[in-house]
Amino acid sequence: MKSTSGNTRTLELTCITCPIGCKLKVLLEGSRIISIEGNKCPKGIIYVQNEIDPKRILITVIKVVGGNLPVVSVKTSEPIPKNLRLDAMKILSKVVIKAPIKVGDIVVKNLLELGANVIATRDVVAV
Amino acid sequence: MSAKIDKYDLTVIGGGPAGLAAAIKAWRLDIKNIILLNESEILGGILPQCIHTGFGLHYFKEDLTGPEFAAKMINKLNETSIRILCEAYAAHLNIKSNGLKEIVGYRNGEAFRLESKAVIYAVGCRERNRFEVGILGERPAGVYTAGEAQAFMDLYGVLPGKEIVIVGSGDVGLIMARRFALEGAKVKAVVEIMPYPGGLQRNIIQCLEDFDIPLYLNHSALEIKGLRRVESVKLVKVDNNLNPIKGTELELKCDAVVLAVGLKPRIELLAKAGAVVDETTGGPIVNDWLETSIPGVFAAGNVLVVNDLVDYAAEQGERAAESAAKLIHEGTFPKAEYKRIIRGRNVRLVVPQMVSGLQDIIFYGRVTRPEENVLIKFEEIGRAFKLRVVRPPEMFRLKISSQDFTKICDEKLTVNVIKV
Repeated sequence: MKSTSGNTRTLELTCITCPIGCKLKVLLEGSRIISIEGNKCPKGIIYVQNEIDPKRILITVIKVVGGNLPVVSVKTSEPIPKNLRLDAMKILSKVVIKAPIKVGDIVVKNLLELGANVIATRDVVAV
Repeated sequence: MSAKIDKYDLTVIGGGPAGLAAAIKAWRLDIKNIILLNESEILGGILPQCIHTGFGLHYFKEDLTGPEFAAKMINKLNETSIRILCEAYAAHLNIKSNGLKEIVGYRNGEAFRLESKAVIYAVGCRERNRFEVGILGERPAGVYTAGEAQAFMDLYGVLPGKEIVIVGSGDVGLIMARRFALEGAKVKAVVEIMPYPGGLQRNIIQCLEDFDIPLYLNHSALEIKGLRRVESVKLVKVDNNLNPIKGTELELKCDAVVLAVGLKPRIELLAKAGAVVDETTGGPIVNDWLETSIPGVFAAGNVLVVNDLVDYAAEQGERAAESAAKLIHEGTFPKAEYKRIIRGRNVRLVVPQMVSGLQDIIFYGRVTRPEENVLIKFEEIGRAFKLRVVRPPEMFRLKISSQDFTKICDEKLTVNVIKV
């Protein structure tokens, strides 16, 4: 959803701050916002600012040995760049941890050197 | 079975968010003789497998994952001495001539029986299956509901397929599309029969567009092919009346079909016991105490109405607990002339369906079709709420104060969605 001409580019986004879902047209020069069209309220501007370099909390499961369940659900402590999620998944697919695990335990420290930890979101009891 | 029957003040049936919230609230309102019946071996209902965030923004004022929300509730429950019976299935509800509620159920291959002054029924909903939406064809392995696929992946670490077609664009389907894509499966399509997606806008963006997953609107799944394992699914375009358009059939190769085609309240036990069911919600008709047409039997959570947010399910659990506590402490509710809620223009469903006018009420509802700039108007009391947008997938939640009811003595209250 990007088109480029010279060093400016336009980005088409749907604002998801509220259920209206304004269709936004953003003109960018590098990562500098030149104009935003289509937002019905100022929240659209904040949304665009966050979507220039979009980040997401990564949610997945990690293998567990010796537990009442074979996987534990995890999340990143901070949002990580959207385009690095599949790299992160590759690393996490190789991680195996031992039960017991408690909600809030840090499972992987400083994922991809991004400053975010991977945290367990469920208890796994040792069996 | 012993001749002596266990007696309780309150029985909560269901250990998901609504049931947990109900049991904890009732305990805090000084009902100490409570039993909680939970079907699964673990508490939390569907929450433990909903590993994504977005839970608890209202109830805990925090953005939690499903298992974290469940853990917080269970911690609160563990501070009480509520009796918890897991792997217990309630099969029958009988109302005795003295008004006591008898529950007969099964646990570990044995029957149990108990009696209770009040019951809060909070067993949630179930997913509709392929036959309820008319997807014909073979019966190979590889056809799952979205919730089954979610349990496979996120509780048991098993990927249900490598090339997946998702039928239905409700939120569960969209969230699973993202999970499949992250785990390296190819999601070939999300198929939706309506002209608009069934899920929240944010899920369309963050679960489909983020991963370039195609959304086929106005398409219906006709047939599943494959003898031992799913090999393909046949789709067809539909017209405005949802009728298939000849010549538009297409076949997508895949090894799994995941169905997210709607949820139905698990009403059977209540209906068998004689509770009146609302066809639009699929749940029981309730008054503003969240009491069903069986006195002293309350409903909360997704068995009452399929909610968008866990926070609403928990809120209904607490409301049901307040009502049950009042009934147990005082023996009866204050006398009232109940007003019937009438669904007016562009209103698909409203809960509660009967109101006393004696207390503040939270109304939960859905519209039939999307509209912008509307008033949701409660006609006979002249109360209106302005909303920028209403969409069928997004429930509206509106609070009306008891003072607003002092003006009317009508026996009905009409809810209209009005264009402004």
